[in-house]
Amino acid sequence: MRLISHPAVLLTLTAVLLACASVPFWGGTYELKVATRILCFALFVLSIDLLIGFGGMVTFGQAAFFGLGAYALFFLSPEYEAGSILVAGLGAMALGALAALLTGLVVVRTKGVYFIMVTLAFAQMGFALFHDTDIANGSDGAFVFVKPALTVAGVTLIDFESRTDLHFTVLAVVVIALAKLVVLIRSPFGEALQGVKTDDRRMRALGYNPYLIRLAAFTMAGALAGLAGFLFASIDGYVSPELLGWQLSGQGIVMAVLGGLGSLGGAVFGAASLVLLEEVLKDQSLVGGFIAEHWHIPLGLIIVGIVLAFRGGIAGALSRLGGTLGGMGGGRP
Amino acid sequence: MDPVFLAIQLLNGIQQGLLLFLIASGLTLIFGVMGVINLAHGAFYMLGAYAAFSLTEMTGDLLLAILLGIPLALALGWVFERVFFRWLYEREHLEQVLLTYGLILIIDESRSVIWGNDPHGVPVPDWLDFSIPLTETLSYPVYRLAVSVVCLALAGAMAYVLGRTRLGMRIRAGEADRETVAALGVDIGTLYAVLFAAGIGLAAFGGMLAAPIESVFPGMGEQVLIISFVVVVIGGIGSVKGAFLAALAIGLVDVFGQVFLPQFASVVVYGLMAAVLIWRPAGLFGRG
Repeated sequence: MRLISHPAVLLTLTAVLLACASVPFWGGTYELKVATRILCFALFVLSIDLLIGFGGMVTFGQAAFFGLGAYALFFLSPEYEAGSILVAGLGAMALGALAALLTGLVVVRTKGVYFIMVTLAFAQMGFALFHDTDIANGSDGAFVFVKPALTVAGVTLIDFESRTDLHFTVLAVVVIALAKLVVLIRSPFGEALQGVKTDDRRMRALGYNPYLIRLAAFTMAGALAGLAGFLFASIDGYVSPELLGWQLSGQGIVMAVLGGLGSLGGAVFGAASLVLLEEVLKDQSLVGGFIAEHWHIPLGLIIVGIVLAFRGGIAGALSRLGGTLGGMGGGRP
Repeated sequence: MDPVFLAIQLLNGIQQGLLLFLIASGLTLIFGVMGVINLAHGAFYMLGAYAAFSLTEMTGDLLLAILLGIPLALALGWVFERVFFRWLYEREHLEQVLLTYGLILIIDESRSVIWGNDPHGVPVPDWLDFSIPLTETLSYPVYRLAVSVVCLALAGAMAYVLGRTRLGMRIRAGEADRETVAALGVDIGTLYAVLFAAGIGLAAFGGMLAAPIESVFPGMGEQVLIISFVVVVIGGIGSVKGAFLAALAIGLVDVFGQVFLPQFASVVVYGLMAAVLIWRPAGLFGRG
């Protein structure tokens, strides 16, 4: 099911991305930061959608690779001068991919509920590594004082010190990632990945190696999550072990499901809805002091309500709106 | 290293492992029989510990607090099963993960509303508050021994109920074939509710026993949840025997890891999990 090619989904996706593109022209620092955060999370959720929506691998540890990508920014930035966006960005992807490959060797051997528990446990191992040891100031987190820039022949083309530069870079990365993933999903590899999701045994009988296909998808998703984490850390120039934490993995799944799994475009809707919902719930003037302080309670209730009542996510609802899928739960795995 | 010191660590590891078994056995039973992955299991452990804190303040004794707390925990488990979890039995793992993730947010934030975010200590009952002297400087607290004995007794009781009683037979039958058991006239809804309440009761009871040792603090639920997952994965999902052996192994590895590799103790625990999974992807006693 390629919901991204559905006209209603594609139209809404274009509208949301254009809205994000317009923020620097009317918004202040706060609005711009929220919009950049939405786009970073959209990238992160795309990596989750690749695994859950297309590979049938319910991961509860994707934040580990996101966090590693964020730490790559810290490791690859010189202390008192601007690092290179290319070096740090590619380094973040490489680190995410390497970590995903190494844990993937073990993790993709497991299935179903084992997969959920094992991805969570390995992610927590990464969290413990940064939280309990002295690497990058341990549990206190660390600051990147000068954000990276892209300089070619002495001319600075992109400087992440400028919020607008960062915002448009992330937007471009999201568009490229969406396009690349659409191509990937339609490629023989993408077809094989979805085949493994549907019927592992039959794919093996056809001569495919499900283990390698899953491992490849897991590694790619790790690279994408690493890139997302690097861009996210560039917003505030701050990294902490919480970026590898299970809460963020949970948030990512909520976004992916809210947007609609297996639709790619849903990643953007899910990220936008959850980030905006959080901003509303945290706003004292809108919801009152008690809820703003304890906004996790309404958020939890909304998540529980979504599971019990609402299926197929936003992309599913949009495609049903278009009428072509009828009353069937579109976008569900 | 001093042999008495090592013996104390050995006892600590066993005690920690036995306590972990209580919590993980609830998780593995709920998954094995009902097919539900419950991320909120650790949250009930946390609630148990906080309940022990408040009830001990009210009654003045941990034992009274536990006697009051257990029926409360069972009732809470029953209510959660009837309101939330019974809708999850036929649903996908992903939906179970999402719903129980939402429940963690609600339970954890409610804890913050009721008890705030400060850690609290819980006193050991006076009649257990002494240590057995081993050498001139080293001694072993009786409370920890008592916890080990209680956990062992419960493990024995569980083995008896599951293996030798009619209820245990129904639980094992429900695990094997839900439809057939229901067709034979067993009220599967009530059976599940009872079992779920028992699982939650075990988690909460674990929290109450741990409260004087670990003290009571906000993130305690997640810590236990993740380490319980490691136990369940190593032992094989649904296997109580596997959970028992894995919990003891994890308890020992964790305690000795903290002695020899203090910064990397938790990494060693996950390394053990990885090694077992490479060897047996479905855990020690898992099927499939």
